[in-house]
Amino acid sequence: MSGGGYQDKRQHPAFYALLTVLIFMSVGPIALMLVNSFKFDVDIISGTSGLLFLPTIQNYETALCDILPYELDHLDYCALKFGGAFINSLIIALISTLLTLIIGCLAAYALVRFRFMGRDTVSGTTLMVRMVPPAVLLVPVFGLWNNEFCIDKTTWLGELIRDIFGGRGDVCLAGTHSGIIIIYIAMNLPFVIWILQSFIVQVPRQLEEAAHMDGAGSFQVFFKIVLPLIKPGLAAAAIFTFRIAWNEYLLASALSDRDTKTVPILIVNNMSEFNIEWGTIMATGMLLAIPPIIFTLFASRQIITGMTAGAVKG
Amino acid sequence: MTPYVFLAPALVIMVIALLYPLAYMVYGSFRDWNPSQTIGETEFNGLGNYIALWNDPNFHESLVVTLKFALSVVTLEMFIGVGLALLLDRSLRGMSVLRTLFILPMMIAPVVVGLIWRYMYHPSIGIFNQTLEWLGLGSVDWLGQHALMSVIIADIWQWTPFIFILSLAALQSLPRSALEAARIDGASGWQQIIYIKIPLMMPVLIVTCLLRLIDAFKVLEVILVMTEGGPGLSTEILALRISRTATEFRELGVAASMSNYLLMLVLILTIIMLAYSKFQEMHAARLRLATKEES
Repeated sequence: MSGGGYQDKRQHPAFYALLTVLIFMSVGPIALMLVNSFKFDVDIISGTSGLLFLPTIQNYETALCDILPYELDHLDYCALKFGGAFINSLIIALISTLLTLIIGCLAAYALVRFRFMGRDTVSGTTLMVRMVPPAVLLVPVFGLWNNEFCIDKTTWLGELIRDIFGGRGDVCLAGTHSGIIIIYIAMNLPFVIWILQSFIVQVPRQLEEAAHMDGAGSFQVFFKIVLPLIKPGLAAAAIFTFRIAWNEYLLASALSDRDTKTVPILIVNNMSEFNIEWGTIMATGMLLAIPPIIFTLFASRQIITGMTAGAVKG
Repeated sequence: MTPYVFLAPALVIMVIALLYPLAYMVYGSFRDWNPSQTIGETEFNGLGNYIALWNDPNFHESLVVTLKFALSVVTLEMFIGVGLALLLDRSLRGMSVLRTLFILPMMIAPVVVGLIWRYMYHPSIGIFNQTLEWLGLGSVDWLGQHALMSVIIADIWQWTPFIFILSLAALQSLPRSALEAARIDGASGWQQIIYIKIPLMMPVLIVTCLLRLIDAFKVLEVILVMTEGGPGLSTEILALRISRTATEFRELGVAASMSNYLLMLVLILTIIMLAYSKFQEMHAARLRLATKEES
């Protein structure tokens, strides 16, 4: 990426001007949201769209009202349960990322080392799965998770779960964290396998054979030799998986109930109201955007690798 | 033994959470099905759902909107993204900063992107109309009269960087010898772009275009938050209509058959793109063979 063959001559200033404009255009809207999230609604609506305003963290307080340790003066009732949703989002995104990586790693390793399918077959499958819009999964997943993937409440396991967690009816996947996690794993697996494959191919076979000679089993070789060597690939895969699980709205909204709502659902629900509280909603949006922004700033190299690995190298 | 153990978890998950649901959707699309019924209680109605949709003017409208949206965003983003990559393929300080900041719009949640743009397009408090009024140009009814255009602009903001970054990577991995040879032969900047760079980038450009096209059919949240499909049906893309049919109109059978139409549409476009790229590859191989025989 450093462009080895480039002459280091000075470029025309116009290019720098263009660069500045592009940076401004891509970051501007996000910066605008950040600035507005520190404004009172009055300031947002009055349209004094400069930087001259009295900053406030009231919007963030309103958004986080259910997990703040102190009472808020400006709020009688905590309507926006952001804290709970944030924890749900975190649980779902982290667990699904972790599981996707583990399962994806194992599968990618098997595909490369035991020569099951060629890279073409895997990238073909990846493309096919990537092709399926989440909206297409909405109906079947809704039906299956609510009606088919259930444990009858009269069986011992169903009874046990009902005794522990309470509630009525059969024990179903819908409305649970695991229900949402499973579908995210399935959505991300092919891509993760695809990316990791291209990293595992580069691990020298001799290294593994040497470990085998020393008496290590297949699993040991995998965890002690292969995994540490494909860390960059894992990082890229983790970021992409986390991003999808963290940002997804449609399937989460179909599968979650009151207690398993994620943050995107909260934002959409508050946007469709007639009278939008812009300050609060932007603070919520900012809180949702912070983790991906941090990843981008610290791991842009891995992200670009992940993005280009598929298309550029084939 | 071991390879199967390594593969089993992935296979199980894919079958349970992807293949089975897709099969279930196809099965459900032939049935008269509302959300309170389990699929066993539903009645078979053959191609009823498909035929009803085929004759439904709202579905047609939605289909047209989807195609308009997908084709215009992909075309515009390809032109802007590749153009910028060609223009900025030089050693500029600050390039890595640009690349990093350029990824931001793709990484943040589509819901948040929709939120930002809905605010910016707001008729009175939005930044666009305020700027226009400050300039004395009057205001534009962004999310009303020009809703589809506004939605397209937001998507261009979010996804042009994707094409830019991929084409830049492709440009920088081009064989230097070909460019060097062209320069020595006295090819102008434009000639280098048209005869050397673009043809050599073609395989990457086709894949990029394909990925973008596939993703354009998945867009839902941005539009949902910005316009909720309105005004009227002017921005109601198929994905949005599927979710409305399932949740608002409570007709799962119809929604399933609509999903099937959408899936087939994306499948056909993907196959066309892949066939085209195979054709290009073969064409290139034949050319290479021909030049080899000549020399």
